[in-house]
Amino acid sequence: MAPDPTGPAPDHAVADRQAVMALCANANRDDLAAALTALGSPATENLRAPETGLVMATGRIGGDGRPFNLGEVSVTRAAIRLADGTSGFAYHLGRDRTKARLAAILDALWQDPARRDRVEAALAPVARRTEAARARAARHTAATRVDFLTLARGED
Amino acid sequence: MYVAVKGGEAAIDNAHRLLAEVRRGDPAVPELSVAQIRAQMALLVDRVMTEGSLYDPDLAALALKQARGDVVEAVFLVRAFRTTLPRFGASVPVDTGAMAVERRISATFKDLPGGQVLGPTFDYTHRLIDFTLAAEGDIEPAAEAEPRVDAALCPRVTDMLAQDGLIEASPPDEGAPVGDLTREPVDYPADRALRLQALARGDEGFVLGLAYSTQRGYGRTHPFVGEIRVGEVAVEFVPEELGFAVPLGRVQLTECQMVNQFKGSGAAPPQFTRGYGLSFGQSERKAMAMALVDRALRAEELGEPVTSPAQDQEFVLAHCDSLQATGFVEHLKLPHYVDFQAELELVRRLRTEFERKSETVEMQEAAE
Repeated sequence: MAPDPTGPAPDHAVADRQAVMALCANANRDDLAAALTALGSPATENLRAPETGLVMATGRIGGDGRPFNLGEVSVTRAAIRLADGTSGFAYHLGRDRTKARLAAILDALWQDPARRDRVEAALAPVARRTEAARARAARHTAATRVDFLTLARGED
Repeated sequence: MYVAVKGGEAAIDNAHRLLAEVRRGDPAVPELSVAQIRAQMALLVDRVMTEGSLYDPDLAALALKQARGDVVEAVFLVRAFRTTLPRFGASVPVDTGAMAVERRISATFKDLPGGQVLGPTFDYTHRLIDFTLAAEGDIEPAAEAEPRVDAALCPRVTDMLAQDGLIEASPPDEGAPVGDLTREPVDYPADRALRLQALARGDEGFVLGLAYSTQRGYGRTHPFVGEIRVGEVAVEFVPEELGFAVPLGRVQLTECQMVNQFKGSGAAPPQFTRGYGLSFGQSERKAMAMALVDRALRAEELGEPVTSPAQDQEFVLAHCDSLQATGFVEHLKLPHYVDFQAELELVRRLRTEFERKSETVEMQEAAE
């Protein structure tokens, strides 16, 4: 099935879940393992064994026009179920099956409103580090901002 | 024609063992790690990802290590790897307008909303060999500055021109299925989306040479670099079981918007036309070359005479893939014994006939 490029209008809950998923996707395996240990490493079963595959990354002609196929990205997905029946999912760039499974567990835990704050607290160090890296990169980039001056040409 | 051969197993095994030893090189020299290749040969990794058509920096770095730094061989390994994996689907089209810009330059406007930032570039270096790099040592830390308030919002230069109608609009997204040359062979004429896919994975050297040919007069397009931007974008995918866009992570891309000379008609006022390039990683030369060739390949659509190689889509698309090209060129070194025996016999027979004729002529001349 071709994905709907616009997707369903994300309500607030979906946007919050996406934010946690993005945080996990940008984290490394050790970050997620540490977060899960802090949350007591609940019992889980695989809904689907972690699996590596491909997603065709698409761009748009001119940046904003018709889509075209740019090239594939490697993606690893995992789906798990907690003892209470909640299922969790993860789709991450790369080939780290362990990391995807850890993220799927965190996704399942996060969906329980009673545990949401604890999941977000466990991921807070990752969020802080990601934000610090982003800010540092932005400061490096800002130092290379250039103001070109056009010189008068000889014939003028 | 290649005909299968048997035998040689022991020699082949030993050749591969020798390859492994030669690849490692002098054991007194420390072995390269994949992490080192990924971090310190980053632009080479980007090229292998772009031409291998698979964004996976660790895999591309490993392929380079295995290939002893041979780009085409590394591309071959990456392409072979991808054939072993299932495809989950296609991403939501990436939004390059929302890129976290690490570099952004324009040759058309010096003052841009969001500013021009040079980022890590070879531009304006003197291209003098830096012998201090031969000695490992500390480097001066990169400068830092407070980003200006407008830095977070970088509208595309083409969007600014489009507001005044001075440039053609991008072809609209009408929801039509997107052709994929990894799934179906290319049918000519190929649409622009399919051409861009082929150029995106095309050999940098070949696409660069074609782009250069348009500048030298073989299909001129009068280009300006409207904008080049390099940075990370989020990639999202909508899994069926979830029904909303899942963020997969972030990838670094290079985008080039080429602004080219005018097109107008009795009905439409003159406007700039566009060529587009997009590549994985920081691959500026590739994105620029791709944008130039994309524009050249639009000759027919824009009513220009098709007279040059860069405007001939069958020539460009059928020959830009380094893996296809190397496959056919390099197969020549495989045993062609049967074929060559036939050629040998033919050339011997022709020579015999030639000699017989010469003798006859000599005898006639002698008789006269």
